[in-house]
Amino acid sequence: MTHHSLTVDRIERGLVIDHISAGSGMKIYHHLNLDDLDCAVAMIRNVKSGKYGHKDIIKIENNIYLDLNVLGYLDPNITVNVIEDGVITGKQKLILPTRIRNIVKCKNPRCITSIEQEVDHIFELTNEGARSYRCVYCEQAAPKTE
Amino acid sequence: MLRLGGSVIGFESSGSSSASKGESVADTIRIVSSYADVCAIRHPKEGAALVASRHALIPVINAGDGGHQHPTQTLTDLMTIYNVKGRLDRLTIGFCGDLKFGRTVHSLISACVKYHGVSFILVSPRELKLPGYVREEIEAAGAPCAETDNLGETIADMDVLYMTRVQRERFFNEEDYVRLKDTYILNKQKLASARPDLAVMHPLPRVNEISTEIDRDPRALYFKQAEYGCYIRMALIKDLLKEARG
Repeated sequence: MTHHSLTVDRIERGLVIDHISAGSGMKIYHHLNLDDLDCAVAMIRNVKSGKYGHKDIIKIENNIYLDLNVLGYLDPNITVNVIEDGVITGKQKLILPTRIRNIVKCKNPRCITSIEQEVDHIFELTNEGARSYRCVYCEQAAPKTE
Repeated sequence: MLRLGGSVIGFESSGSSSASKGESVADTIRIVSSYADVCAIRHPKEGAALVASRHALIPVINAGDGGHQHPTQTLTDLMTIYNVKGRLDRLTIGFCGDLKFGRTVHSLISACVKYHGVSFILVSPRELKLPGYVREEIEAAGAPCAETDNLGETIADMDVLYMTRVQRERFFNEEDYVRLKDTYILNKQKLASARPDLAVMHPLPRVNEISTEIDRDPRALYFKQAEYGCYIRMALIKDLLKEARG
């Protein structure tokens, strides 16, 4: 029996979002609004990974601006590789952002954000070890990302 | 404000303000900023005062935001405790009743964890336990904290007993309110096992969680506490106005 492995062409210039937790790739895709891009975007799921078992990868054939805060909040294990002329020229390791704005919404019906339309949904990191965030207005915990 | 020589612009009720017409807190405070030198805001939504402060051109005092915080009551409470105990450290403070929506409880605990040697006894039914964010503050400070649903068994260990009312307005469900409202009633019998120098406090108004039979007990401090509230708020307003005018 012959095993065929799926291959996705390497990109000459752009970004590779690597080490995404397996199954989280589409969530990252949507949060980054990658649907709106005109360039080629490859979403690869369940790739074998020595470090994590399996992982998802997103390749973007363009050097777009990425909100690293969004990525750091959603999955701090992600690495972002910058590709120029077919080679990695930069690697960005993410950290947990101390504050996130309009990435998740406060679910507390008693919170002012439930009625005040012009207010941003802002959460602050309150426990780095537990990766927990709380709403700056009502201190409700942010929904877990995993 | 009136005792300081100032005047007050207010609303008879929330129904007569533009908020009832759907005006945002941000817009309301922008308008109030044009007419007043300082603003005290009480609002049913948590975080409303923070939103107001970000859009105001004048000092904003949080006079209670939903079931979240009530910092001026905390100034009142600290003043009361200090006047009767002579210190704010090395105290065992019991909180009894609605610890979930009791904003005065949340603010007072946030303040008390900053003092050395303070420990807490939290007395509440399971449904009205302290929210996670306040509990995290206690844990971060490393303050000893015991939780129970039995006031009678723990009252003897307390230096301060802070009673709270189960508030109808915090419940979405009337049935839950009715079921929980009479869980704790402090009466002579319960107070008999307390220390002779216990400080019984309450942010008021009370309904029936403190029996009127103990109003004359020297340990009952809640009316004195209310009096201190007037002084401390006068001091706060004076301080804020002084600061605002440079």
